[in-house]
Amino acid sequence: MPAIVIAALIAILPLLFPSAYYYRIGVLVFVFALAVVGLNLLMGFAGPVSLGPAGFLGIGAYSVAIGPVHLGMPSWLCLLGGALLSGAIAFLVGRPILKLKGHYLAVATLGLGLLLAIVLTNEARWTGGPDGMSVPRLVLFGWSVRGATTWYWIAGATFVAGFVLALNLMDSPTGRALQAIHDSEIAARVLGIDVARKKLAIFVISAIYASVAGSFLALFNGYITPDAAGFLRSIELVAMVVLGGMGSIVGSLVGAIVLVVLPQVLTVFHDYEQALLGLIVMVFMIFLRRGIVPSLAVALAGWRK
Amino acid sequence: MAELLQFISSGLTVGAIYALVALGFTLIYKASDIINFAQGEFVMLGGMTTVFVTLAGVPLPLAALIAVVSTTAIGVALHRFAIEPARGASPVALIMITIGASIFLRGVAQIVFDRRFHSLPPVFGADPIQFGGAAILPQSLVVLASATVIVTVLWLFIERTLLGKAVIATAANRLAARLIGIDTRRVVALSFAVSAAIGAIAGILITPIALTSYDAGTLLALKGFAAAMLGGIGSAPGAVVGGLLIGMMEAFAAGYISSNYKDAVAFLIILAVLLSIPQGLFGRAKVERV
Repeated sequence: MPAIVIAALIAILPLLFPSAYYYRIGVLVFVFALAVVGLNLLMGFAGPVSLGPAGFLGIGAYSVAIGPVHLGMPSWLCLLGGALLSGAIAFLVGRPILKLKGHYLAVATLGLGLLLAIVLTNEARWTGGPDGMSVPRLVLFGWSVRGATTWYWIAGATFVAGFVLALNLMDSPTGRALQAIHDSEIAARVLGIDVARKKLAIFVISAIYASVAGSFLALFNGYITPDAAGFLRSIELVAMVVLGGMGSIVGSLVGAIVLVVLPQVLTVFHDYEQALLGLIVMVFMIFLRRGIVPSLAVALAGWRK
Repeated sequence: MAELLQFISSGLTVGAIYALVALGFTLIYKASDIINFAQGEFVMLGGMTTVFVTLAGVPLPLAALIAVVSTTAIGVALHRFAIEPARGASPVALIMITIGASIFLRGVAQIVFDRRFHSLPPVFGADPIQFGGAAILPQSLVVLASATVIVTVLWLFIERTLLGKAVIATAANRLAARLIGIDTRRVVALSFAVSAAIGAIAGILITPIALTSYDAGTLLALKGFAAAMLGGIGSAPGAVVGGLLIGMMEAFAAGYISSNYKDAVAFLIILAVLLSIPQGLFGRAKVERV
């Protein structure tokens, strides 16, 4: 049901767009929302806080840059390859890392993300170093994908697909097991849930979401720098999850909208942009501490009574 | 041998700063279970305020004092206006608030100060001291001596004063501490004040060697956080050892491998340590009760 509403909104919204600039913002919202849905599956349902999700975003982004430029592979194949690579890396490092708890897990994921960003910055021969590299356009069946309007529909459709997939995943036995783990890991284990395996599965899935989003971002912008995998990008993604509401898939979209649109609006304030952004994040978290969507849902329920 | 000595001296200098930042993380975490990601901004504010107050013609010692006092006030304000109203929020929400605060302080710093790099004159000149073939900056010795004094004073304060004992009690069990009449809110406010002061001093000490700018805090916060985790979060000796270790690892990695990969080596070792000792070097393994 929410998926249909969102799909309809995505379809209707362009009627209100006065210029191509708005399509551009729309693409960025969908791309980040896709990564945030994946991260929310991990943080909001399975529990662990990750401070390095941008690492997988970076893998996806650089796959569609390095593959076509240095290896002569088609972009769409590199997108799939990047997703596969991200999933494989998550699978390999996930088991030892997910054994850590709380802040130790946070610092381990932080380290992992930073390591990747450092490699991307220093291997200039492949990645163009800190200046980044340009990304060839996506070509599908001889059709070169370009322009914010085209990307709006592609990113919008992909986001809805990812959204529906996430909702279904949450309703599956695996999803219910994850929610049980989130509430009490020990109780879940007593019920016979293989906690380590379920957590690993969701870690891999969230890495694939981030990787696909990263590939889209690189293909859309036509350019990529190591910032895509950096610490601040990771923080941005985590902030989108927490601001929208941990464990709320709709919240992921809301969080992405707020943190993509807000900086665009704030550019009007020039020098005060960063200070205002920090202030708004603080105020949101103090007054809507469970995140925008869950807090509003509670408020609405109270008002109905 | 001379090379080794050189790496040790530069590693210890940077490590001492990381240790001070990690100590700031540890203090606040002990008193309130909050990871304060604005800790790096305290360091930046200490350095930047001193730079700009000296530029206004105030002598260095007085400028440093003004910087420490104003940063401490900002630390207290952060607790009063951002942490205190959010009491009872989830740990992730609290982390996000401190990250918001760090973005906010960085934003304010680039308006009040500027976006350029700044330095301070070293206290005892810039001529290196020759020791066993290695060239050691006098400022390095100042950093190490000051860090030692800060750690000692902090230890004496915690162990020997009534207020310090209140901090220990709050860290051990907040409810029990409140029951015996300790104002735990004041203890948390105090931990923010002391952390901010330590951060500001660290910032003033390192600026003659490493320069400072409005965004210098982010990387320092990451390294300090990593140091605190390496030592075992909540352990003060762990924070100091963790900070010194990371400083040394970086110096050796930069010297023997590649300065581009010095951060990578540090984080690789942290990952390796955490995977083999999940509670950090000095942390106690937690027994979970159901």
